[in-house]
Amino acid sequence: MLDRTLTPEFNPIEHIKLIAPGHIKLENDCNLYWFNSGEQELVRIEWIFSNLRFDPAKPLLNIAVNTMLNDGTNSLTGAQIADAIDYYGAFLQVDYGFDHSQVTLYCLNKHLKHTLPVIKDILTQSIFPEKELNTFIRNQQQKLQVSLQKNDFLARRAFNKALFGGTMYGISPDIEDYAKIQRDDLLKHFKLMYQPNNCTMIAAGKIDDDILKEITLHFDKDWTNNSIPDITQPDFTEAEQLFNYIEKPDALQSAIRLGTKLINRTHPDFPALQVVNTILGGYFGSRLMANIREDKGYTYGIGSGMSSMKYSGAIFIATEVGADVTRQAMAEIEKEIKILQTELVSEEELSLVKNYMLGSLLGSLENVFSHADKFKNVYLSGLDFEYYDRYTEVIRNITAKDILTLADQYLNFDQFYRVIVGKY
Amino acid sequence: MVKFNWFTLDNGLRVIVHEDKTTPMAVLNILYDVGARDEDPNQTGFAHLFEHLMFGGSVNIPSYDEPLQRVGGENNAFTSNDVTNYYITLPAVNIETAFWLESDRMLSLAFSEKSLEVQRNVVMEEFKQRYLNQPYGDVWLNLRPLAYKTHPYRWATIGKELSHIEEARIEDVKAFFKKHYNPQNAIMVVGGDVDTEDVKKLAEKWFGPIPAGNKYTRDLPQEPEQLEARRETVTAKVPLNSLYIAFHMAARIDEEYYTTDLISDLLSRGNSSRMYRTLVKDKQLFSEVHAYTTESMDAGLFIVDGKPVAGVTIEAAEAAIWEELEKLKNEMVAVDELTKVKNKTESTMMFSEMSLLDKAMNLAFFELMGDAEMFNIEVSRYLGITPQHIQRQAQQLFTKQNSSTLIYLAE
Repeated sequence: MLDRTLTPEFNPIEHIKLIAPGHIKLENDCNLYWFNSGEQELVRIEWIFSNLRFDPAKPLLNIAVNTMLNDGTNSLTGAQIADAIDYYGAFLQVDYGFDHSQVTLYCLNKHLKHTLPVIKDILTQSIFPEKELNTFIRNQQQKLQVSLQKNDFLARRAFNKALFGGTMYGISPDIEDYAKIQRDDLLKHFKLMYQPNNCTMIAAGKIDDDILKEITLHFDKDWTNNSIPDITQPDFTEAEQLFNYIEKPDALQSAIRLGTKLINRTHPDFPALQVVNTILGGYFGSRLMANIREDKGYTYGIGSGMSSMKYSGAIFIATEVGADVTRQAMAEIEKEIKILQTELVSEEELSLVKNYMLGSLLGSLENVFSHADKFKNVYLSGLDFEYYDRYTEVIRNITAKDILTLADQYLNFDQFYRVIVGKY
Repeated sequence: MVKFNWFTLDNGLRVIVHEDKTTPMAVLNILYDVGARDEDPNQTGFAHLFEHLMFGGSVNIPSYDEPLQRVGGENNAFTSNDVTNYYITLPAVNIETAFWLESDRMLSLAFSEKSLEVQRNVVMEEFKQRYLNQPYGDVWLNLRPLAYKTHPYRWATIGKELSHIEEARIEDVKAFFKKHYNPQNAIMVVGGDVDTEDVKKLAEKWFGPIPAGNKYTRDLPQEPEQLEARRETVTAKVPLNSLYIAFHMAARIDEEYYTTDLISDLLSRGNSSRMYRTLVKDKQLFSEVHAYTTESMDAGLFIVDGKPVAGVTIEAAEAAIWEELEKLKNEMVAVDELTKVKNKTESTMMFSEMSLLDKAMNLAFFELMGDAEMFNIEVSRYLGITPQHIQRQAQQLFTKQNSSTLIYLAE
């Protein structure tokens, strides 16, 4: 007779193997890494550029240049670029981040010969037509108007500004900032930033020698450097006021975001702090979820997270709670952090979190793209694959006492920035 | 091409196995053939509330999440108007834990009052977060009852109103479980680093003893043909005016669905699409505009929505959209343009085969529609579509009589 109360036997999680990339440096100093695996005849190629030094007087420059890369070149209009990409069933994406901005192409191998020249054109010949710029400004202004009515958006923005004011990390543009964007600035910024010596290419998919040749052929010729870009960044101007309340009298829910600056991935304590973060609010069974959602029912979701940037990092807790229970939720969050600092985690909970984190790592290696993503995480932080060996080792060996010490050392609640948008 | 094996247990549970040895992970996906369309009009939002309660402990296992996390697994679920789908991903070496957990909650739940009380609150907060406390969050709460007068698609998955969730009682929960949650109403897909023979044994062991239960026979009131244009204007706390036009279209399983889906691609997929190029870029009438279908199991909706640029009247915006729709009715689409959206569909399918979970969910979904094998011939159904099909379909869809227009005016 089957006894359903008994847990089936389970196995430890081992054999987490990462695929190492191939690497060549092109003649123009662009680094190309590639991952060859998978059954489908397709690839994803990323062109990643370090952001230029942030200019607080022109906060939207980097964003505008990146977003408008597919809006026209010397030889192709925005419409022709779109036609060329869409016709071959490819996907072209542009994304900007805190430290890097990039262009991504998803394409079936058989169509690369048609799509790569378009990317080359974009990266070397973009012209940011005035008419397209006006459209960009108007549409972004409209989007921002909508976002500004979302409490979670306002909370995130106020929080980032408090921690990282005056830099790309703390960017919080107003509607008027868009109107100040000038085409000449875009052209200058583009010329400085989108150079091969500032570019890392990461290709993943089924990449045999022919495909590799096809890729390099397009990007090591007729793409030259014109200068050394300045990719240093200004210092942060941290806000003095820790508590920031934006009142919304009609709010049904309050958005809460709180946290503090923290070390980034390059620091030896980073993997261990990820364990602390997971216990606190990093998974469905976390303490914040168990208490504030599953016990109290104050929210649909609450979580904590860590961000690691080139020049800083942060840990934050974010949620949207019923407006009438905002104070209670804040008190419970504080309570959970204090508990982490004063009470040892039980062996039962700690072993669960360890297995969960190792399982997540294994599960995050779903396909060749995910292997490339793992590489990107460490490479762009100036680390290598040894990071993951250290990461798994730390997770396997960390003790309850370590957790308590780290929580005490890094999570000083009284110094947390706290943002509430809604009612309090 | 996604290969799979298929078998049925004596109690009626359908099982599909997709062996994929390129990953060390496994997926166990269970689709229950119940969605918001199966709800009582006076108890809407119940299928979704029930999904939350499925995580509140089962008859022999007090906590669902904890043992799964302990073996390195993760899970989630979603409810739509048509189905409720639960999935687990975990290291394949620990696949039996997934069988243990899923079979126990198919056998019976714990039906805890505390869980019901908390999840009622959680779902009400979800209602507020996603539908009430967001600009335009309540679009579907307004658009569904405008487009549907008879079919249960007239309410959203979250429910018509907060009170329906507030009033849910434990007896209702038990009755819902009995009616819908049994092997005959479920499809299980196991994928990843697994062997079919092992899956068979595990399925027999854990799911075999579950009583078959009663087969739920769906008999929903179908939506009669719409005979006149409908229109509603809402004044709301939104920053910009916004416009939504819904047209009745064929069910997901119908041949016409594929043509209709390609029409939505022609209109708004990618920067080369017609509406993006004409309405956003050239005429600069909209800051954004979209066309998409609800992909519903019963007759669904084709939606066009957009936000006009400040200074453009609703009338002008609406006329510009209709001009694009009329063009599809009056002029044959060029072969190249049609090839473009077909190519996009084909590559999307290939990229989606990179994800084990996507494959598992798709197999379950196509099995529900009649045959998992249909997943593998999906692309060919698009490839056969001609410009004539597109034109004929557009003529049928885009009439004023078949339209329901919802306008949001900024206060």
